[in-house]
Amino acid sequence: MSKHPLFEEHVATVPAEQEVPSTPSAPRRMTLNMGPQHPSTHGVLRIVLELEGETIISAEPDIGFLHTGIEKECEQKHWQQVVTLTDRVDYLSNLSNNLVYALTVEKLLQLEIPPKAQWSRVMMAELSRLNSHLVWLGTHALDIGAMSMFFYCFREREDILRILEMFSGQRMMTSYIRIGGLALDHPRGWQHALGKFIRAFPSKVDEYEDLLDSNPIWTRRTKGVGFISLADMLDQGVTGPMIRAAGVPLDCRKTEPYSSYDKFNFKVATRTENDVYARYRVRLQEMRESAKIITQALEGMPDGSWHADAPHVVLPDREKMKTQMEALIYHFKIVTEGFRVPAGEVYQCIESPRGEIGYYIVSDGTSKPYRVHMRTPSFGNLQALPTMLKGILLADSIAALGSMDFVLGDTDR
Amino acid sequence: MTHPAIVETIEALGETTLRVEPARVVELCRFLKDQEKFERLSAVTAVDWYPAEPRFEVVYHLHSVAGNKRLRVKARLSGKSPEIDSMTAVWSGANWYEREVYDMFGITFRNHPNLVRILNPTDWEGYPLRKDYPVHGYKYGYSNE
Repeated sequence: MSKHPLFEEHVATVPAEQEVPSTPSAPRRMTLNMGPQHPSTHGVLRIVLELEGETIISAEPDIGFLHTGIEKECEQKHWQQVVTLTDRVDYLSNLSNNLVYALTVEKLLQLEIPPKAQWSRVMMAELSRLNSHLVWLGTHALDIGAMSMFFYCFREREDILRILEMFSGQRMMTSYIRIGGLALDHPRGWQHALGKFIRAFPSKVDEYEDLLDSNPIWTRRTKGVGFISLADMLDQGVTGPMIRAAGVPLDCRKTEPYSSYDKFNFKVATRTENDVYARYRVRLQEMRESAKIITQALEGMPDGSWHADAPHVVLPDREKMKTQMEALIYHFKIVTEGFRVPAGEVYQCIESPRGEIGYYIVSDGTSKPYRVHMRTPSFGNLQALPTMLKGILLADSIAALGSMDFVLGDTDR
Repeated sequence: MTHPAIVETIEALGETTLRVEPARVVELCRFLKDQEKFERLSAVTAVDWYPAEPRFEVVYHLHSVAGNKRLRVKARLSGKSPEIDSMTAVWSGANWYEREVYDMFGITFRNHPNLVRILNPTDWEGYPLRKDYPVHGYKYGYSNE
């Protein structure tokens, strides 16, 4: 009986000329394809790695798998309709995207936003930062092997998503911040729900810190890993917690305050070690500072209107529509034709959880944007990946990748 | 600031825009980086003014961390074989942004180290963010149905 070929005894058939060269000056190189469906690339990112043993010689990211042509689609929508598209750019901190888009268009419209709407925007943007940092911490620790962190982080994230749902009716794609103010007034009982969460939150951050810092595997896998020089970071356009972990307090919330951030009392978290561990410390500290900002917003929320006094931009009340002819006409005009935005161009940036997010919008005076360019932090940061991975071990690349905290939807748009 | 490459300085909505000669944009940006302390290049993008001529505008957003200032530099390019020098010699961070502009608008950057498509597949036809490019693309149009 003949054996199946798989059961036959293996005989070495390597020809003599293909043997490994014995000269140490010519080590074997290997090209390794990481992704596009690797769990630790957090989305569809492909990295082509050139390895020499276990050392990375070069890394070439290949992006574009999540490209959906959002910038082109923005040109086909009315100004207000674009808000829903901005949600889908960076799906972990969508309120930051809503906010920067609304701010940019309001700058073109020269709209005055009432204090209550501004404070709510700050509050929501910070909740969104907490949400994003929690997902980052959970998945980053999971990549390095601390599995339980994921469950702790997603426990708190669930609370945040419930609060977002309470405000906007949606858990993830909230579209809560609109041109001219907010989508809705605050719901009944929001202070209670948010207060309960935010009072408990700082102790949860301490819990994460205890869990990770007392874990020797965590500290050994993060300390001294993923270094990239400050000069390289500035040269390549890296922003956000990455550059703050290198000692530069570059934060748009402080340097170019928007939406009344100057009225809040908070510190910009910085570290100087510039490694994976420092980035983790910076983000933990940012979560504490965000909790402080949310507490201040909760306690000092101004009274007044939640939208600008601009009937040509903001949809009228349903009640008014039933009694006032003018409100009905405005509603009809805004819904069918959209509002017009004066011709011009602006660039507005804010500090998203990942870094500087800036929208460059050109208007030609019609009811649709002429050009929307999204300068997204993930795109800018990911560009520095080859520099960061060069020369480090393959196993460390997972920790280094995770410390960048990119979202592929944000990179590819 | 004064530099011979600056054609026009525009102040609007609290933002400064410099319109410059496309042939001297790298020279100007090197001056801005070294003399005026604009250490960071925030983004590079383009605007298509089809059917006007010159058709394209390449837009650079500069940021001075030390001076806490932002600046926009624009250069206009003709619609026929649009070409401009690459900014990668001044900021290596321009690399991906210029690849994106090449991918989306078909503007060529001279002396770019790796000018290939970045977001679209390498065999993609056309340049999607041009104004004469249909929203559904060439391949999946609904006009024949």
